[in-house]
Amino acid sequence: MVASSPKLISDRALHDAELISNSGAWAKNARQSASARAQEQGLPQRRDEYWKYTRPDLFVQKNVALIPQARPEISIFADQMKTEIEFKNAKLAADDLPEIDNCKIESLSNACALDLHWVQDIYGKLELAGQNPVKRSLAALNTAMATEGLLVHAKGQVSSPIRIHSVSIGSIDAVIHHVVKVEAGASVTLIETGQYGARSNVVIEVEVADTGSFHHIRIQDGQESHMLTHIFASIGADAKFKSFTLTADCKMTRNECILELVGDNSSVTVAGACLGDSNFHHDDTVFITHDAVNCESRQVFKKVLRNGAVGVFQGKILVKAGAQKTDGYQISQSLLLDEDSQFLAKPELEIYADDVACSHGSTSGAIDEEALFYLRSRGVPEPKAVDLLTLSFIAQAIGEIEDPDLAQAILSYLTDILEAR
Amino acid sequence: MLEIKNLCVQLEEEDKKILRGVNLSLEAGKVHAIMGPNGSGKSTLSYVLSGKGGYEVTEGSAHLEGNDILEMEPEERAAAGLFLAFQYPVEIPGVGNMTFLRTAVNSQRKLRGEPEMSAGEFLKVVRAKAKDLKIDADMLKRPVNVGFSGGEKKRNEILQMAMLEPKMCILDETDSGLDVDAMKLVAQGVNALRDGKRTFLVITHYQRLLDHIKPDVVHIMAAGRIIKSGGPELALEVENNGYADLLEETA
Ligand SMILES: Nc1ncnc2c1ncn2[C@@H]1O[C@H](COP(=O)(O)OP(=O)(O)OP(=O)(O)O)[C@@H](O)[C@H]1O
Ligand SMILES: [Mg+2]
Repeated sequence: MVASSPKLISDRALHDAELISNSGAWAKNARQSASARAQEQGLPQRRDEYWKYTRPDLFVQKNVALIPQARPEISIFADQMKTEIEFKNAKLAADDLPEIDNCKIESLSNACALDLHWVQDIYGKLELAGQNPVKRSLAALNTAMATEGLLVHAKGQVSSPIRIHSVSIGSIDAVIHHVVKVEAGASVTLIETGQYGARSNVVIEVEVADTGSFHHIRIQDGQESHMLTHIFASIGADAKFKSFTLTADCKMTRNECILELVGDNSSVTVAGACLGDSNFHHDDTVFITHDAVNCESRQVFKKVLRNGAVGVFQGKILVKAGAQKTDGYQISQSLLLDEDSQFLAKPELEIYADDVACSHGSTSGAIDEEALFYLRSRGVPEPKAVDLLTLSFIAQAIGEIEDPDLAQAILSYLTDILEAR
Repeated sequence: MLEIKNLCVQLEEEDKKILRGVNLSLEAGKVHAIMGPNGSGKSTLSYVLSGKGGYEVTEGSAHLEGNDILEMEPEERAAAGLFLAFQYPVEIPGVGNMTFLRTAVNSQRKLRGEPEMSAGEFLKVVRAKAKDLKIDADMLKRPVNVGFSGGEKKRNEILQMAMLEPKMCILDETDSGLDVDAMKLVAQGVNALRDGKRTFLVITHYQRLLDHIKPDVVHIMAAGRIIKSGGPELALEVENNGYADLLEETA
């Protein structure tokens, strides 16, 4: 079955996928139907409207030269209290996963061996729901072929963040699929740092029950890496979902986020900041569906590009009939540090309810000369002044992070990256 | 301290002459004031001296302690001891006032080859100076000038001046937008920096500021030139009679 899948993934990953999918009943079912849907949809093509600004080639070609990478020697979240889980070459580094209060963490590979598991109600299900109106076949393929992932079941307030840190050496092609289930009244924060592979296809499915709350922070800083990510989330009533991604110096990244607000009075935020230099292509593709009353959604994206780097934003807010009192906010801005870099944006609103407030804006601009002179007149040399204005530009996106300590950690990490370049 | 000779400046983009031969000699330790009608070129002079882009110097020179500053980058001029308190201070969202101040202080020290100020020492000094200017801790934490009132922005300029301890201070309408008490605070801040060596060039429209910061020399600028220089009484004359007589006199 999966063996006949398109030429997406290296033989090794295919082999690993085979091993797992030959196991438990639920997994077999989920993977088979995902595989069938991926087959039917076919691989993304350059002519697809949905891939207008980003060439899917690098994600679908079998024989891509994957260059092993060195991570910048700058650490992040060093001072934070957290539960650490390490991935090494797309596999869990240790067999034993940490045991923490109010939360159970399991591995996908172990759950796949069982005939029944709670994850069967979510795994591949949210991804399937997110296949409308556009086909996301690479996400379906991920469901069919993922070799590892974490299944996080938050049953109460999880006091410190769960951090997944990944290290990969060599030309690893990683297919990772995490599932997070947040029960009523529960809350959990998931942090992803490092890279699963030289090329990764990552899916995270998140189900947030009524009054639950989920926070996600992701750092993408692999120097030569290719990364395709999808988040599929379903958010209940009086609940919260917040995701923030910092992307610095990856070669090719596409982050898709597909959220559905299904319960009233909830709020979701998807934010991102990126620092792009030269051979850098970064794409944020967001689709937020309001299908409940009195919900708020925010999309805040800031991209700083130089030396020919390319930034893409495709963001859509869909307000279904009956989703009254929707408050939708969407802003995507780029700071172009030279004339070789470009920002391509396609903001969209589709509204079928009459009592809604939605605003969206997209801008592209150069450095503010007045502010630059102000800083220089105080003795700050030009490169440092540009760095400060870069931080100034990105600040709004970082401001979307709720935990001030995590926001501060990201800010100082950014400062270090800027100083190092 | 600062020698300006026959400074002629036009806009880079269009053929518009703004300064038409400015001569000024500012001796160390003195306070000079410049007054003059709107649009006469006072701010332009302060910008050109501090290195803002968009202007072209077609003739003349400016030397700070014998060094040709027109050849220097803005940050080098700052490190050489030049400071401009802006007529319109710029807002920088997302960058904390404190971070900004510390970056400025240490950048200048680095450019001069001096050791950087430690975080602890900096904090101590900035708190003391902020207190003198009635700038509270909250204003130090907030992003640079964002949401500051007009008067707060001006006091923040003086705080920067106090932290950077420049040799040559240019104040461009620092009194505008200040209430009476704030004006006294700012004047106290300036006077506290007068040490017999530090030089000030105070651009203002009103005598009021000069009641608090006593000038040694007052210049009148019109249409890009210094048309008259004199003692403090010149400022009083302007206050009472406006510029009409002066302009006629020199026409
Ligand atoms: N960048 C610029 N572009 C166009 N015109 C300019 C520019 N800078 C200065 N000018 C013009 O040059 C003249 C002098 O301006 P400047 O700001 O120096 O005057 P000022 O004496 O400071 O006036 P005020 O008392 O109103 O502050 C004005 O006519 C102004 O419009
Ligand atoms: Mg002016």
